[in-house]
Amino acid sequence: MRQGLASVLRDPDLLSKLAPVELDRMLRLLRRARLLGRVAVQLEEGAGLEVLPGQAADQLSSARVMAEARARVGRWELDRLAWALEDLSDTPLIAMKGCAYLLVGTPNARGRMFADVDLLVPESRLPLIEEKLLARGWRLAELTPYDDLYYRRWTHELPPMTHVERSVEVDLHHGILMRTARLKPSSDLLFEAAREVPGSRFMVLAPVDMVLHAIVHLFYGGEMAGALRELLDIDELLRHFGATEPDFWGQFWPRVESLDLARPAFYGLRYAMTILGTPIPAFVVRASGVGAPAGPVLALMDWLVPRVLFPGPLDGRGSVIGVAHGLAYVRSHWVKMPPGTLIRHLAYKFYVRNMRPSGA
Amino acid sequence: MSSRALADPDRRLVGDLSERDFRSRIEGPGLGVRLGPFDVHLTVRVPTILEPLRTLYAWYSTLEGDRVYGCHATLNEARNLRRRPIRRVRFTVDGVTPHEDLPRAQALSVLEWGINLVIALRFHCYLLLHTAVLERNGRALLLPAAPGQGKSTLCAALAHRSWRLLSDEFGIVRPGTRMVLPIPRPMPLKNESIAVIRSFAPEAVLGPEISNTRKGTVAHVRPPRESVERAGEPAPARWLVFPRWQAGARQELDEVLPSEAFMRLATNAFNYEMHGERGFATVRDLVAGSRCFRLVYSDLDAAIAALDRLSDEDLG
Repeated sequence: MRQGLASVLRDPDLLSKLAPVELDRMLRLLRRARLLGRVAVQLEEGAGLEVLPGQAADQLSSARVMAEARARVGRWELDRLAWALEDLSDTPLIAMKGCAYLLVGTPNARGRMFADVDLLVPESRLPLIEEKLLARGWRLAELTPYDDLYYRRWTHELPPMTHVERSVEVDLHHGILMRTARLKPSSDLLFEAAREVPGSRFMVLAPVDMVLHAIVHLFYGGEMAGALRELLDIDELLRHFGATEPDFWGQFWPRVESLDLARPAFYGLRYAMTILGTPIPAFVVRASGVGAPAGPVLALMDWLVPRVLFPGPLDGRGSVIGVAHGLAYVRSHWVKMPPGTLIRHLAYKFYVRNMRPSGA
Repeated sequence: MSSRALADPDRRLVGDLSERDFRSRIEGPGLGVRLGPFDVHLTVRVPTILEPLRTLYAWYSTLEGDRVYGCHATLNEARNLRRRPIRRVRFTVDGVTPHEDLPRAQALSVLEWGINLVIALRFHCYLLLHTAVLERNGRALLLPAAPGQGKSTLCAALAHRSWRLLSDEFGIVRPGTRMVLPIPRPMPLKNESIAVIRSFAPEAVLGPEISNTRKGTVAHVRPPRESVERAGEPAPARWLVFPRWQAGARQELDEVLPSEAFMRLATNAFNYEMHGERGFATVRDLVAGSRCFRLVYSDLDAAIAALDRLSDEDLG
């Protein structure tokens, strides 16, 4: 099944060659991985949706309509944020992830289901930006005091904010990794290299940094639901920048090292290559060896990652997949916090979920 | 009915299945049914609603063989950690549970509501208006209304008189056209409406009364046979009537401005904002090609007579 899904992602025209029952199954997997819209756009640019049975074409074109609507919502939220922060014209605001792909028009933006607005801002300006947004109708997520403190003390972002009239989550970041993480990528370096976007108030990360952020988000993020799509982002960004950006690959590994991201970058390149066949120059692959973990850890990751990336079985939960997801959750926290902090955090979460009387 | 099944093996109705066949399919591998433009694969393992389901779905074609479905919906009894049933049911669509488990006594409305939810959240290739739709003289009447204004009652009544039911809930329009696609489904009546329709149309077939739902007592009216058999025949929108039932009111049928009709239709739709400019153009053209009215009524017969006259006027 994993192979089938990976092949369809590489060549969506394969869908028209599937037997109806396999096509039905593939559409459900794509829906679960939030990739229907992407495949729909690719098909429309290729053989067209008409080659598929009506029930399949309708689902695919529906997903494309939805992806376009979400992109519109994302652009409008950016427009409103620019309006709310107009007094702070000297403050760099970097749009990241989905918003950046929309602004730059990278190939992975097509048919992509936009979710949240992620902004990177200088930590020193964070209180002022928070205040401006609160004054113009955004509200902080209502959190327990513990969760609010968790965000502010330990993470690299504020609790999510949402405008009262809309439903888009805005995440204000001052870094790309938790404060508590062992790796310490410098946000100053990211700001220095950030690029202007013609016609936009917002900037985006430099190409290598944009890919590295996607990699960090996938391997250190802890959200599993959209994981396969995130690996596709990495794959498409690498292909795109590798072909269009002068000396992209020559700069790649030196930049990884100056940002202290050797381990996640090693994983990102490895799994993009092995799972999606991303072309990566041999000298970069060789250089990335310094980021490899110890043998047994790598063996565990090689087992874990494909199982977490691909959606589980459609009917009921497979126990192996369940174990893999559980392990991946713990790992994603392990890399973000020192052991003592992690144990306190997981113990508290376990207590809240399982032992606290409901209603308390 | 069995002769029909023998004559055309590809078109077998749910009502042609024996009680036993129906049960073994819907509880086992699942049963495919065509709901208007959507082919739905249903698995239901809640024994108490199988008989009502077989009655309400009697006129739908079963779908046979390997095929692509628009969705796979499942209703199961929820169980606790020791696998004992807990008198709740769980609705699942393509492996995802969109809402919490609900009381087993409401299983039938949970399933019906769940299917509507999937349609509203999934099929954005269509503009999905929130309206009842009926057809007479080859043209469609749209009855958009907020809940509690008598839309369902009027719709069920019309469907048992001279109008063909297209839908009691969804106005399905392919963007860029004015054609409304039928999706006749069991029509949920609420509270007093149940008795009203029972006496208005004694021939109407109703499912069991389900009490204590979020909307009070609910009973589903089986869509008339002809409406299901002709579910492949769309009709162009022609009349937009915003109904409001008001006890004892003198009946009024007044034209409303197209601009008002536009706003009421667009803001009440399930996915208008998904379609951007195309959605705007589609609603604009729907309204421009229709006569738009506001209907205040208290008596079903009088309301139907007025709507009949409206559709006859256009013939001349």
